[in-house]
Amino acid sequence: MKVALTAVVVAVLLLHQDFWLWSDRTLLLGFLPVGLAYHLGYSVLAAATLWLLVRFAWPGHLEKDERPPP
Amino acid sequence: MIPALIVFAYLAVVLYIGVFAFRRGTASGEDFFVASRGLGQAVFLLSLFGTNMTAFSILGSSGMAYHRGVGVFGLMASSSALIIPLTIYLIGTRLWALGKRLGHRTQVQFLRDRWECGAIGTFLFALTAAMLVPYIVIAVMGGGHTLEAVSRGRVPYELGGAIVALVVMGYVFLGGMRGTAWVNTFQTVLFLLFGAVAFVLIARGVGGLDRVMAQIGSDPKTAHLLSREKILPREFFSYMFIPMSSIMFPHIAIACMTARRMEHFKKTVIFYPLCIMALWAPAVYLGVVAAAQFPGLKPGETDDVLVRLLTQHTGVVVSGLLGAGIMACVMASDSQIMALSTMFTNDVFVYYGGKDRFGDRVQVWTGRAFVIAIAVVAYLIAVALKDKEGIFEVAVRFSFSGFAALSPIMVAALFWKRSTKWGALAAGIWVLATVLGTWYLYSISAPGKAFPILPGVLGRTPGNITVFGFLPVVPMTLGSAVLMLAFSLVTRPPTQETIDRYFPKTG
Repeated sequence: MKVALTAVVVAVLLLHQDFWLWSDRTLLLGFLPVGLAYHLGYSVLAAATLWLLVRFAWPGHLEKDERPPP
Repeated sequence: MIPALIVFAYLAVVLYIGVFAFRRGTASGEDFFVASRGLGQAVFLLSLFGTNMTAFSILGSSGMAYHRGVGVFGLMASSSALIIPLTIYLIGTRLWALGKRLGHRTQVQFLRDRWECGAIGTFLFALTAAMLVPYIVIAVMGGGHTLEAVSRGRVPYELGGAIVALVVMGYVFLGGMRGTAWVNTFQTVLFLLFGAVAFVLIARGVGGLDRVMAQIGSDPKTAHLLSREKILPREFFSYMFIPMSSIMFPHIAIACMTARRMEHFKKTVIFYPLCIMALWAPAVYLGVVAAAQFPGLKPGETDDVLVRLLTQHTGVVVSGLLGAGIMACVMASDSQIMALSTMFTNDVFVYYGGKDRFGDRVQVWTGRAFVIAIAVVAYLIAVALKDKEGIFEVAVRFSFSGFAALSPIMVAALFWKRSTKWGALAAGIWVLATVLGTWYLYSISAPGKAFPILPGVLGRTPGNITVFGFLPVVPMTLGSAVLMLAFSLVTRPPTQETIDRYFPKTG
Protein backbone atom coordinates (compact mmCIF):
# COMPACT_ATOMS: atom_id res chain seq x y z
CA MET A 1 0.00 0.00 0.00
CA LYS A 2 2.84 2.43 0.86
CA VAL A 3 4.42 1.93 -2.57
CA ALA A 4 1.09 2.61 -4.31
CA LEU A 5 0.49 5.74 -2.23
CA THR A 6 4.02 6.98 -2.88
CA ALA A 7 3.41 6.51 -6.60
CA VAL A 8 0.16 8.49 -6.31
CA VAL A 9 1.95 11.37 -4.54
CA VAL A 10 4.73 11.43 -7.16
CA ALA A 11 2.16 11.38 -9.97
CA VAL A 12 0.27 14.29 -8.40
CA LEU A 13 3.53 16.21 -8.00
CA LEU A 14 4.28 15.70 -11.71
CA LEU A 15 0.78 16.79 -12.70
CA HIS A 16 1.58 20.22 -11.33
CA GLN A 17 3.82 20.93 -14.35
CA ASP A 18 1.00 21.37 -16.89
CA PHE A 19 3.24 22.61 -19.70
CA TRP A 20 0.52 21.91 -22.29
CA LEU A 21 -1.55 24.84 -21.00
CA TRP A 22 1.34 27.32 -20.85
CA SER A 23 0.16 29.76 -23.51
CA ASP A 24 -3.50 28.80 -23.61
CA ARG A 25 -5.68 31.89 -23.11
CA THR A 26 -9.02 30.08 -23.40
CA LEU A 27 -11.71 31.34 -21.05
CA LEU A 28 -13.99 28.66 -19.60
CA LEU A 29 -17.59 29.88 -19.14
CA GLY A 30 -16.41 33.21 -20.48
CA PHE A 31 -14.56 34.32 -17.32
CA LEU A 32 -12.24 31.55 -16.05
CA PRO A 33 -8.81 31.17 -17.72
CA VAL A 34 -8.19 27.50 -18.44
CA GLY A 35 -4.76 27.51 -16.74
CA LEU A 36 -6.32 28.81 -13.54
CA ALA A 37 -9.17 26.30 -13.78
CA TYR A 38 -6.63 23.47 -14.07
CA HIS A 39 -4.84 24.52 -10.90
CA LEU A 40 -8.09 24.97 -9.00
CA GLY A 41 -8.85 21.37 -9.91
CA TYR A 42 -5.32 20.45 -8.90
CA SER A 43 -5.95 21.85 -5.42
CA VAL A 44 -9.00 19.60 -5.08
CA LEU A 45 -6.87 16.69 -6.28
CA ALA A 46 -4.32 17.56 -3.58
CA ALA A 47 -7.06 17.37 -0.93
CA ALA A 48 -8.12 13.97 -2.29
CA THR A 49 -4.51 12.76 -2.17
CA LEU A 50 -4.18 13.83 1.43
CA TRP A 51 -7.42 12.04 2.23
CA LEU A 52 -5.95 8.85 0.77
CA LEU A 53 -2.84 9.22 2.91
CA VAL A 54 -4.86 9.85 6.06
CA ARG A 55 -7.21 6.96 5.29
CA PHE A 56 -4.65 4.35 4.32
CA ALA A 57 -1.28 5.44 5.74
CA TRP A 58 -1.94 7.28 8.98
CA PRO A 59 1.12 7.08 11.31
CA GLY A 60 -0.98 5.65 14.11
CA HIS A 61 2.04 4.39 16.02
CA LEU A 62 2.83 7.99 16.97
CA GLU A 63 -0.45 8.31 18.85
CA LYS A 64 0.73 6.10 21.65
CA ASP A 65 3.11 8.94 22.52
CA GLU A 66 0.17 10.91 23.84
CA ARG A 67 1.52 11.51 27.28
CA PRO A 68 1.98 14.73 29.20
CA PRO A 69 5.50 16.19 29.15
CA PRO A 70 7.72 15.53 32.16
CA MET B 1 -13.00 57.71 7.10
CA ILE B 2 -15.75 55.20 7.92
CA PRO B 3 -13.82 52.19 6.50
CA ALA B 4 -10.81 53.17 8.57
CA LEU B 5 -12.97 53.40 11.71
CA ILE B 6 -14.34 49.92 11.05
CA VAL B 7 -10.80 48.61 10.70
CA PHE B 8 -9.91 50.29 14.01
CA ALA B 9 -12.93 48.59 15.63
CA TYR B 10 -11.66 45.30 14.26
CA LEU B 11 -8.21 45.97 15.75
CA ALA B 12 -9.87 46.64 19.12
CA VAL B 13 -11.68 43.28 18.91
CA VAL B 14 -8.49 41.30 18.28
CA LEU B 15 -6.80 43.15 21.12
CA TYR B 16 -9.66 42.17 23.38
CA ILE B 17 -9.26 38.53 22.33
CA GLY B 18 -5.70 38.79 23.65
CA VAL B 19 -6.99 40.20 26.95
CA PHE B 20 -9.58 37.41 27.15
CA ALA B 21 -6.92 34.75 26.52
CA PHE B 22 -4.77 36.38 29.20
CA ARG B 23 -7.59 35.96 31.73
CA ARG B 24 -8.14 32.33 30.74
CA GLY B 25 -4.48 31.35 30.84
CA THR B 26 -2.18 30.36 33.66
CA ALA B 27 1.16 31.91 34.50
CA SER B 28 3.18 28.86 33.42
CA GLY B 29 5.63 28.73 30.53
CA GLU B 30 3.88 25.66 29.10
CA ASP B 31 0.65 27.66 28.87
CA PHE B 32 2.15 30.89 27.50
CA PHE B 33 4.36 29.26 24.86
CA VAL B 34 2.33 26.25 23.65
CA ALA B 35 -1.16 26.87 25.11
CA SER B 36 -0.67 23.83 27.40
CA ARG B 37 -0.76 21.68 24.20
CA GLY B 38 -4.52 21.82 24.39
CA LEU B 39 -5.90 23.36 21.19
CA GLY B 40 -9.02 21.67 19.81
CA GLN B 41 -9.71 20.59 16.23
CA ALA B 42 -11.28 23.76 14.82
CA VAL B 43 -8.86 26.21 16.44
CA PHE B 44 -5.90 24.01 15.44
CA LEU B 45 -6.91 23.87 11.75
CA LEU B 46 -7.92 27.51 11.41
CA SER B 47 -5.01 28.91 13.40
CA LEU B 48 -2.46 26.73 11.59
CA PHE B 49 -3.87 27.86 8.27
CA GLY B 50 -4.08 31.44 9.51
CA THR B 51 -0.38 31.49 10.30
CA ASN B 52 0.29 30.93 6.59
CA MET B 53 -2.30 33.47 5.51
CA THR B 54 -0.10 36.52 5.42
CA ALA B 55 0.53 39.83 3.74
CA PHE B 56 2.67 37.84 1.37
CA SER B 57 -0.15 35.53 0.38
CA ILE B 58 -2.90 38.06 -0.04
CA LEU B 59 -1.30 41.37 -1.03
CA GLY B 60 1.85 39.95 -2.61
CA SER B 61 0.00 37.47 -4.80
CA SER B 62 -2.48 40.10 -6.02
CA GLY B 63 0.35 42.47 -6.85
CA MET B 64 2.27 39.75 -8.65
CA ALA B 65 -0.80 38.57 -10.59
CA TYR B 66 -1.29 42.17 -11.74
CA HIS B 67 2.01 41.91 -13.63
CA ARG B 68 2.33 38.19 -14.41
CA GLY B 69 -1.19 36.86 -14.70
CA VAL B 70 -3.19 33.90 -13.47
CA GLY B 71 -0.11 31.63 -13.50
CA VAL B 72 0.74 33.06 -10.07
CA PHE B 73 -1.87 30.69 -8.61
CA GLY B 74 -0.04 27.63 -9.95
CA LEU B 75 3.29 29.17 -9.11
CA MET B 76 2.71 29.29 -5.39
CA ALA B 77 -0.80 28.31 -4.31
CA SER B 78 -1.51 24.94 -5.92
CA SER B 79 2.01 23.67 -5.20
CA SER B 80 1.50 24.74 -1.57
CA ALA B 81 -1.88 23.01 -1.59
CA LEU B 82 -0.10 19.67 -1.89
CA ILE B 83 3.29 20.19 -0.30
CA ILE B 84 2.42 22.13 2.87
CA PRO B 85 -0.16 19.60 4.16
CA LEU B 86 2.18 16.82 3.08
CA THR B 87 4.92 18.23 5.31
CA ILE B 88 2.43 18.66 8.16
CA TYR B 89 1.41 15.02 7.67
CA LEU B 90 4.99 13.71 7.55
CA ILE B 91 6.86 16.11 9.83
CA GLY B 92 4.25 17.99 11.88
CA THR B 93 2.75 14.84 13.37
CA ARG B 94 6.18 13.61 14.43
CA LEU B 95 7.11 16.94 15.99
CA TRP B 96 3.83 16.85 17.90
CA ALA B 97 4.49 13.31 19.20
CA LEU B 98 8.06 14.13 20.24
CA GLY B 99 6.92 17.34 21.90
CA LYS B 100 4.34 15.43 23.94
CA ARG B 101 6.76 12.68 24.90
CA LEU B 102 9.95 14.67 25.52
CA GLY B 103 8.58 18.11 26.39
CA HIS B 104 10.05 20.03 23.44
CA ARG B 105 8.51 23.41 22.67
CA THR B 106 10.66 24.38 19.68
CA GLN B 107 12.41 22.58 16.85
CA VAL B 108 15.76 23.84 18.18
CA GLN B 109 15.18 21.96 21.45
CA PHE B 110 14.47 18.86 19.41
CA LEU B 111 17.54 19.21 17.18
CA ARG B 112 19.84 19.90 20.14
CA ASP B 113 18.67 16.77 21.91
CA ARG B 114 18.54 14.67 18.75
CA TRP B 115 22.18 15.35 17.93
CA GLU B 116 23.47 15.77 21.50
CA CYS B 117 24.85 19.22 20.75
CA GLY B 118 23.93 22.61 22.19
CA ALA B 119 25.96 24.63 19.72
CA ILE B 120 24.09 23.34 16.67
CA GLY B 121 20.86 24.53 18.29
CA THR B 122 22.28 27.97 19.05
CA PHE B 123 23.50 28.31 15.47
CA LEU B 124 20.15 27.25 14.00
CA PHE B 125 18.31 29.55 16.42
CA ALA B 126 20.35 32.54 15.23
CA LEU B 127 19.95 31.60 11.57
CA THR B 128 16.21 30.99 11.90
CA ALA B 129 15.62 34.20 13.84
CA ALA B 130 17.55 36.25 11.27
CA MET B 131 15.48 34.81 8.43
CA LEU B 132 12.18 35.24 10.28
CA VAL B 133 12.54 38.97 10.90
CA PRO B 134 11.94 39.95 7.22
CA TYR B 135 8.72 37.93 7.34
CA ILE B 136 7.54 39.99 10.32
CA VAL B 137 8.63 43.19 8.61
CA ILE B 138 6.51 42.57 5.51
CA ALA B 139 3.46 42.10 7.73
CA VAL B 140 4.02 45.50 9.31
CA MET B 141 4.56 46.97 5.83
CA GLY B 142 1.31 45.36 4.69
CA GLY B 143 -0.51 46.83 7.68
CA GLY B 144 0.84 50.29 6.93
CA HIS B 145 -0.12 50.10 3.26
CA THR B 146 -3.61 48.75 4.04
CA LEU B 147 -4.50 51.39 6.63
CA GLU B 148 -3.17 54.12 4.36
CA ALA B 149 -5.29 52.87 1.44
CA VAL B 150 -8.47 52.19 3.44
CA SER B 151 -8.32 55.65 5.03
CA ARG B 152 -7.53 57.23 1.64
CA GLY B 153 -4.22 58.57 2.95
CA ARG B 154 -5.52 60.06 6.20
CA VAL B 155 -3.61 57.44 8.20
CA PRO B 156 -0.09 57.62 6.77
CA TYR B 157 1.96 54.47 6.19
CA GLU B 158 4.22 55.11 9.20
CA LEU B 159 1.28 55.56 11.59
CA GLY B 160 -0.61 52.59 10.14
CA GLY B 161 2.41 50.32 10.56
CA ALA B 162 2.88 51.54 14.13
CA ILE B 163 -0.78 50.84 14.98
CA VAL B 164 -0.61 47.32 13.55
CA ALA B 165 2.67 46.59 15.34
CA LEU B 166 1.23 47.86 18.64
CA VAL B 167 -1.98 45.83 18.38
CA VAL B 168 -0.16 42.63 17.44
CA MET B 169 2.37 43.22 20.20
CA GLY B 170 -0.48 43.80 22.65
CA TYR B 171 -2.40 40.58 22.15
CA VAL B 172 0.70 38.40 21.77
CA PHE B 173 2.15 39.97 24.91
CA LEU B 174 -1.01 39.25 26.89
CA GLY B 175 -2.45 36.11 25.38
CA GLY B 176 0.68 34.17 24.44
CA MET B 177 0.16 31.17 22.17
CA ARG B 178 -3.51 30.76 23.15
CA GLY B 179 -4.33 34.39 22.35
CA THR B 180 -2.39 34.17 19.07
CA ALA B 181 -4.22 30.98 18.05
CA TRP B 182 -7.63 32.46 18.91
CA VAL B 183 -6.91 35.66 17.01
CA ASN B 184 -5.68 33.64 14.04
CA THR B 185 -8.86 31.57 14.10
CA PHE B 186 -11.01 34.69 14.23
CA GLN B 187 -9.01 36.30 11.43
CA THR B 188 -9.19 33.22 9.20
CA VAL B 189 -12.97 32.94 9.52
CA LEU B 190 -13.35 36.68 8.97
CA PHE B 191 -11.21 36.73 5.88
CA LEU B 192 -12.71 33.68 4.22
CA LEU B 193 -16.18 35.08 4.90
CA PHE B 194 -15.53 38.63 3.74
CA GLY B 195 -13.23 37.47 0.95
CA ALA B 196 -16.14 35.72 -0.70
CA VAL B 197 -18.34 38.81 -0.27
CA ALA B 198 -15.57 41.02 -1.67
CA PHE B 199 -15.21 38.86 -4.73
CA VAL B 200 -18.92 39.04 -5.55
CA LEU B 201 -19.17 42.79 -4.93
CA ILE B 202 -16.09 43.64 -6.98
CA ALA B 203 -17.29 41.35 -9.79
CA ARG B 204 -20.56 43.32 -9.88
CA GLY B 205 -18.76 46.63 -9.50
CA VAL B 206 -16.54 46.12 -12.54
CA GLY B 207 -19.54 45.21 -14.69
CA GLY B 208 -19.16 41.44 -14.69
CA LEU B 209 -16.11 39.19 -14.76
CA ASP B 210 -16.74 37.96 -18.32
CA ARG B 211 -16.66 41.55 -19.57
CA VAL B 212 -13.40 42.36 -17.76
CA MET B 213 -11.74 39.14 -18.89
CA ALA B 214 -12.77 39.77 -22.50
CA GLN B 215 -11.33 43.27 -22.21
CA ILE B 216 -8.04 41.90 -20.84
CA GLY B 217 -7.88 39.24 -23.56
CA SER B 218 -8.47 41.71 -26.38
CA ASP B 219 -5.77 44.18 -25.28
CA PRO B 220 -2.29 43.13 -26.50
CA LYS B 221 -0.75 44.75 -23.43
CA THR B 222 -2.71 42.58 -20.99
CA ALA B 223 -3.71 39.43 -22.93
CA HIS B 224 -0.74 37.49 -21.54
CA LEU B 225 -2.28 37.75 -18.06
CA LEU B 226 -4.79 35.03 -19.00
CA SER B 227 -2.03 32.45 -19.37
CA ARG B 228 1.45 31.74 -18.04
CA GLU B 229 3.43 33.35 -20.85
CA LYS B 230 5.29 35.71 -18.52
CA ILE B 231 6.48 32.87 -16.28
CA LEU B 232 9.41 30.74 -17.41
CA PRO B 233 9.08 26.93 -17.06
CA ARG B 234 12.18 26.59 -14.88
CA GLU B 235 10.94 29.35 -12.61
CA PHE B 236 7.57 27.60 -12.36
CA PHE B 237 9.32 24.35 -11.46
CA SER B 238 11.51 26.12 -8.89
CA TYR B 239 8.46 27.27 -6.98
CA MET B 240 7.68 23.64 -6.14
CA PHE B 241 10.53 23.88 -3.62
CA ILE B 242 9.27 27.02 -1.86
CA PRO B 243 6.41 25.40 0.15
CA MET B 244 8.96 23.11 1.80
CA SER B 245 9.82 26.21 3.81
CA SER B 246 6.49 26.10 5.61
CA ILE B 247 7.23 23.41 8.19
CA MET B 248 10.67 24.95 8.84
CA PHE B 249 9.15 28.28 9.81
CA PRO B 250 9.28 28.20 13.63
CA HIS B 251 5.69 29.40 13.97
CA ILE B 252 4.40 26.45 11.94
CA ALA B 253 6.59 23.88 13.71
CA ILE B 254 5.63 25.27 17.13
CA ALA B 255 1.95 25.39 16.13
CA CYS B 256 2.16 21.67 15.36
CA MET B 257 3.01 21.11 19.02
CA THR B 258 -0.13 22.82 20.29
CA ALA B 259 -2.73 20.25 19.18
CA ARG B 260 -4.52 18.44 21.99
CA ARG B 261 -4.70 15.15 20.08
CA MET B 262 -2.97 13.76 17.01
CA GLU B 263 -6.40 13.07 15.60
CA HIS B 264 -6.68 16.83 14.99
CA PHE B 265 -4.07 16.59 12.24
CA LYS B 266 -6.31 14.43 10.05
CA LYS B 267 -8.91 17.01 9.07
CA THR B 268 -6.24 19.71 9.08
CA VAL B 269 -4.19 18.12 6.29
CA ILE B 270 -7.28 17.20 4.23
CA PHE B 271 -8.90 20.64 4.38
CA TYR B 272 -5.68 22.60 4.08
CA PRO B 273 -5.56 22.50 0.24
CA LEU B 274 -9.14 23.70 0.04
CA CYS B 275 -8.43 26.58 2.43
CA ILE B 276 -5.45 27.61 0.31
CA MET B 277 -7.61 27.53 -2.80
CA ALA B 278 -10.34 29.60 -1.13
CA LEU B 279 -7.80 32.25 -0.13
CA TRP B 280 -5.51 32.49 -3.13
CA ALA B 281 -7.90 32.06 -6.05
CA PRO B 282 -9.82 35.33 -5.42
CA ALA B 283 -6.58 37.17 -4.58
CA VAL B 284 -4.87 36.15 -7.83
CA TYR B 285 -7.97 36.59 -9.95
CA LEU B 286 -8.66 40.08 -8.60
CA GLY B 287 -5.00 41.00 -9.16
CA VAL B 288 -5.58 40.31 -12.87
CA VAL B 289 -8.86 42.24 -12.81
CA ALA B 290 -6.97 45.18 -11.29
CA ALA B 291 -4.67 45.25 -14.34
CA ALA B 292 -7.67 46.29 -16.42
CA GLN B 293 -8.97 48.73 -13.80
CA PHE B 294 -5.71 50.49 -12.90
CA PRO B 295 -3.32 50.12 -15.84
CA GLY B 296 0.29 51.23 -15.77
CA LEU B 297 1.23 50.57 -12.13
CA LYS B 298 4.86 49.65 -11.40
CA PRO B 299 5.89 46.62 -9.23
CA GLY B 300 6.33 48.69 -6.04
CA GLU B 301 2.86 50.20 -6.49
CA THR B 302 0.80 47.05 -6.85
CA ASP B 303 0.79 45.58 -3.34
CA ASP B 304 -2.42 47.44 -2.54
CA VAL B 305 -4.40 46.79 -5.75
CA LEU B 306 -6.87 44.68 -3.80
CA VAL B 307 -7.60 47.52 -1.43
CA ARG B 308 -7.94 49.91 -4.38
CA LEU B 309 -10.55 47.60 -5.91
CA LEU B 310 -12.44 47.48 -2.64
CA THR B 311 -12.53 51.19 -2.07
CA GLN B 312 -13.55 51.88 -5.68
CA HIS B 313 -16.27 49.27 -6.08
CA THR B 314 -17.96 48.84 -2.70
CA GLY B 315 -19.77 51.10 -0.25
CA VAL B 316 -17.94 52.63 2.67
CA VAL B 317 -19.26 50.20 5.30
CA VAL B 318 -18.61 47.09 3.21
CA SER B 319 -15.25 48.50 2.19
CA GLY B 320 -14.33 48.90 5.85
CA LEU B 321 -15.43 45.36 6.72
CA LEU B 322 -13.47 43.97 3.82
CA GLY B 323 -10.49 46.12 4.74
CA ALA B 324 -10.67 44.49 8.17
CA GLY B 325 -10.60 41.12 6.42
CA ILE B 326 -7.46 42.09 4.57
CA MET B 327 -6.00 43.39 7.79
CA ALA B 328 -6.62 39.92 9.22
CA CYS B 329 -4.18 38.60 6.66
CA VAL B 330 -1.50 41.18 6.99
CA MET B 331 -1.48 40.78 10.77
CA ALA B 332 -0.32 37.17 10.58
CA SER B 333 2.98 38.43 11.95
CA ASP B 334 1.58 37.61 15.39
CA SER B 335 2.56 33.97 14.99
CA GLN B 336 6.09 34.82 13.95
CA ILE B 337 6.54 37.21 16.85
CA MET B 338 5.16 34.59 19.22
CA ALA B 339 7.49 31.97 17.73
CA LEU B 340 10.55 34.19 18.06
CA SER B 341 9.63 34.90 21.66
CA THR B 342 9.17 31.17 22.35
CA MET B 343 12.49 30.36 20.71
CA PHE B 344 14.45 33.07 22.48
CA THR B 345 13.03 32.16 25.86
CA ASN B 346 13.34 28.38 25.52
CA ASP B 347 16.39 28.08 23.29
CA VAL B 348 18.49 30.82 24.86
CA PHE B 349 17.11 31.96 28.24
CA VAL B 350 16.14 28.51 29.55
CA TYR B 351 18.97 26.63 27.85
CA TYR B 352 21.61 28.86 29.38
CA GLY B 353 20.18 28.50 32.88
CA GLY B 354 17.81 31.46 33.16
CA LYS B 355 14.82 29.44 34.29
CA ASP B 356 16.80 27.56 36.93
CA ARG B 357 18.09 30.83 38.29
CA PHE B 358 14.97 32.99 38.09
CA GLY B 359 12.01 30.59 37.86
CA ASP B 360 9.06 29.93 35.56
CA ARG B 361 7.41 33.32 36.10
CA VAL B 362 10.49 35.26 34.97
CA GLN B 363 10.70 32.93 31.98
CA VAL B 364 7.25 34.02 30.84
CA TRP B 365 8.07 37.70 31.37
CA THR B 366 11.27 37.26 29.38
CA GLY B 367 9.12 35.98 26.53
CA ARG B 368 6.86 39.03 26.85
CA ALA B 369 9.81 41.45 26.87
CA PHE B 370 11.12 39.82 23.72
CA VAL B 371 7.72 40.32 22.05
CA ILE B 372 8.07 44.08 22.60
CA ALA B 373 11.65 44.15 21.36
CA ILE B 374 10.95 42.29 18.14
CA ALA B 375 7.84 44.36 17.33
CA VAL B 376 9.81 47.62 17.71
CA VAL B 377 12.68 46.36 15.54
CA ALA B 378 10.29 45.11 12.84
CA TYR B 379 8.50 48.47 12.76
CA LEU B 380 11.72 50.46 12.42
CA ILE B 381 12.85 48.27 9.51
CA ALA B 382 9.41 48.52 7.85
CA VAL B 383 9.58 52.32 7.96
CA ALA B 384 13.12 52.36 6.59
CA LEU B 385 12.18 50.01 3.72
CA LYS B 386 9.00 51.83 2.70
CA ASP B 387 8.46 51.67 -1.09
CA LYS B 388 11.91 50.19 -1.65
CA GLU B 389 10.90 46.56 -2.17
CA GLY B 390 7.78 44.68 -3.22
CA ILE B 391 6.41 42.50 -0.43
CA PHE B 392 6.62 39.39 -2.53
CA GLU B 393 10.28 39.69 -3.48
CA VAL B 394 11.46 40.47 0.04
CA ALA B 395 9.64 37.44 1.43
CA VAL B 396 10.85 34.98 -1.18
CA ARG B 397 14.47 36.06 -1.29
CA PHE B 398 15.24 36.30 2.37
CA SER B 399 12.89 33.93 4.10
CA PHE B 400 11.19 31.34 1.96
CA SER B 401 14.25 30.14 0.06
CA GLY B 402 16.34 29.93 3.22
CA PHE B 403 13.72 28.03 5.20
CA ALA B 404 13.08 25.65 2.30
CA ALA B 405 16.79 24.92 2.14
CA LEU B 406 16.76 24.06 5.87
CA SER B 407 14.14 21.34 5.35
CA PRO B 408 16.67 18.53 4.65
CA ILE B 409 17.98 19.05 8.20
CA MET B 410 14.55 18.35 9.70
CA VAL B 411 13.90 15.40 7.38
CA ALA B 412 17.26 13.87 8.32
CA ALA B 413 16.66 14.42 12.04
CA LEU B 414 13.29 12.69 11.94
CA PHE B 415 13.83 9.90 9.44
CA TRP B 416 17.56 9.09 9.25
CA LYS B 417 19.19 7.52 12.31
CA ARG B 418 22.67 7.98 10.87
CA SER B 419 22.36 11.77 10.51
CA THR B 420 24.81 13.83 12.59
CA LYS B 421 25.27 17.32 13.99
CA TRP B 422 28.12 17.88 11.53
CA GLY B 423 25.82 17.20 8.62
CA ALA B 424 23.31 19.67 10.07
CA LEU B 425 26.03 22.26 10.68
CA ALA B 426 27.36 21.93 7.11
CA ALA B 427 23.84 22.30 5.70
CA GLY B 428 23.12 25.27 7.98
CA ILE B 429 26.33 27.07 6.96
CA TRP B 430 25.46 26.39 3.32
CA VAL B 431 22.04 27.97 3.80
CA LEU B 432 23.53 31.04 5.50
CA ALA B 433 26.17 31.43 2.77
CA THR B 434 23.70 31.03 -0.08
CA VAL B 435 21.14 33.44 1.39
CA LEU B 436 23.89 36.07 1.74
CA GLY B 437 25.31 35.14 -1.67
CA THR B 438 21.91 35.50 -3.33
CA TRP B 439 21.47 38.91 -1.78
CA TYR B 440 24.94 39.99 -2.95
CA LEU B 441 24.43 38.73 -6.51
CA TYR B 442 21.05 40.45 -6.63
CA SER B 443 22.60 43.73 -5.52
CA ILE B 444 25.33 43.73 -8.20
CA SER B 445 23.06 42.86 -11.13
CA ALA B 446 20.13 44.36 -12.99
CA PRO B 447 17.31 42.81 -15.03
CA GLY B 448 17.77 42.93 -18.78
CA LYS B 449 21.56 43.26 -18.59
CA ALA B 450 24.29 40.61 -18.84
CA PHE B 451 25.14 39.18 -15.42
CA PRO B 452 28.52 40.58 -14.26
CA ILE B 453 29.74 37.17 -12.99
CA LEU B 454 29.39 33.82 -14.86
CA PRO B 455 26.82 35.15 -17.35
CA GLY B 456 26.34 31.65 -18.79
CA VAL B 457 25.28 30.27 -15.41
CA LEU B 458 23.70 33.16 -13.54
CA GLY B 459 20.82 35.30 -14.71
CA ARG B 460 18.61 38.01 -13.34
CA THR B 461 14.83 38.53 -13.20
CA PRO B 462 13.18 41.68 -11.82
CA GLY B 463 12.77 40.02 -8.43
CA ASN B 464 15.51 37.44 -8.11
CA ILE B 465 18.62 35.88 -9.59
CA THR B 466 18.62 32.56 -11.44
CA VAL B 467 21.07 29.66 -11.65
CA PHE B 468 20.82 27.88 -15.00
CA GLY B 469 17.34 29.41 -15.19
CA PHE B 470 16.23 28.00 -11.83
CA LEU B 471 15.55 30.15 -8.78
CA PRO B 472 18.20 29.96 -6.03
CA VAL B 473 15.91 27.83 -3.85
CA VAL B 474 16.62 24.80 -6.07
CA PRO B 475 20.43 24.66 -5.73
CA MET B 476 20.13 25.86 -2.12
CA THR B 477 17.85 22.96 -1.12
CA LEU B 478 19.66 20.31 -3.15
CA GLY B 479 23.04 21.51 -1.85
CA SER B 480 21.76 21.42 1.71
CA ALA B 481 20.56 17.82 1.24
CA VAL B 482 23.87 16.71 -0.29
CA LEU B 483 25.92 18.30 2.51
CA MET B 484 23.65 16.81 5.18
CA LEU B 485 24.18 13.39 3.61
CA ALA B 486 27.92 13.63 2.95
CA PHE B 487 28.98 15.09 6.30
CA SER B 488 26.76 12.68 8.22
CA LEU B 489 28.30 9.68 6.50
CA VAL B 490 31.86 10.66 7.42
CA THR B 491 31.22 11.71 11.03
CA ARG B 492 30.23 9.85 14.17
CA PRO B 493 26.48 9.40 14.76
CA PRO B 494 24.79 10.14 18.12
CA THR B 495 24.90 7.54 20.88
CA GLN B 496 22.69 4.46 20.62
CA GLU B 497 20.74 5.64 23.67
CA THR B 498 19.72 8.84 21.88
CA ILE B 499 18.89 7.00 18.67
CA ASP B 500 16.71 4.55 20.63
CA ARG B 501 14.89 7.45 22.25
CA TYR B 502 14.04 9.01 18.90
CA PHE B 503 13.45 5.80 16.98
CA PRO B 504 11.71 3.52 19.50
CA LYS B 505 10.86 0.05 18.31
CA THR B 506 7.15 -0.18 17.53
CA GLY B 507 5.33 -3.38 18.37
